[in-house]
Amino acid sequence: MTIAVIQFGGSNCDRDSVQALESMGLGAELVWHEDGLPEDTTGIMLPGGFSYGDYLRAGAMAARSPIMRAVREAAADGTPVLGVCNGAQIGCESALTPGAFTTNESARFQCEHVYLRVENADTPWTSQYEEGEVIELPIAHGEGRYEITDDRLDELEADGRILFKYCDEDGNVTPEANPNGSKHAIAGVTGERDHVAVMMPHPERASLEDLGRTDGEPVLEGFAD
Amino acid sequence: MTAFTATVTVRLKRGVLDPEAETTQRSLERLGFELQDLRSADIFELDLEADDDEGAAERAEEMAERLLANPTIHDYTVEVAQRE
Repeated sequence: MTIAVIQFGGSNCDRDSVQALESMGLGAELVWHEDGLPEDTTGIMLPGGFSYGDYLRAGAMAARSPIMRAVREAAADGTPVLGVCNGAQIGCESALTPGAFTTNESARFQCEHVYLRVENADTPWTSQYEEGEVIELPIAHGEGRYEITDDRLDELEADGRILFKYCDEDGNVTPEANPNGSKHAIAGVTGERDHVAVMMPHPERASLEDLGRTDGEPVLEGFAD
Repeated sequence: MTAFTATVTVRLKRGVLDPEAETTQRSLERLGFELQDLRSADIFELDLEADDDEGAAERAEEMAERLLANPTIHDYTVEVAQRE
């Protein structure tokens, strides 16, 4: 198994992601975007960071780099793809997933721990959680506010494409527990098929026991399915 | 071929929250200015050559669709003028 963690100029969670995946026994390697996808790619992770300095919009440049065409083709063929933070912005910018992540309601960069409620436990990324379970993951973003038209939002809700919502410690979705003003407190969504997903919180930063909580590990286990 | 400048203005759709604009407005108000609302936009000036206005506008629109704007959150306008 080789999970390709794609490194763009300005990615900065690429090595953390490889280490997190490797520590779980999932084979992963750094792939520089200009080198293309390795032939034995069994999964693709778009890591966090500030690809291309967030020029124009976060993720806009990376989404149009040539390797993303290969990522879209692989996704269409069933290869699991997970975008985290800047990777989530890239995923939405490249239409792998619906909607857009834009400037936080606070207009500030926010780096903190948040609680998330598992909305759909029937996806590769959430199958090890229970529906309604509350987990804790870190966020670190300035453009994490999920935006989408109300019509599309209703469709996503109806189709069970929302992975996580920001909530309080007890699982209540409240405006106070929504760190960035995301519509419907959405923290992560799937593409048309659920083997493609994006999320703003960082599961790879909560996956090593030595560093504290490991709530994010089950998300990364989605690559093992 | 004629030289044109196409001006693409990209702004958030009405109803999409613009925290930076709100912060800017608050800052102006703190300086003592009175205003009812403030909207911000990005302007891109593209120098290009085309057979006519329509050709220049068409290419600029395609650039807006494919990169300069994100149709989920943005509207855009294109204006074309001949360049000296």
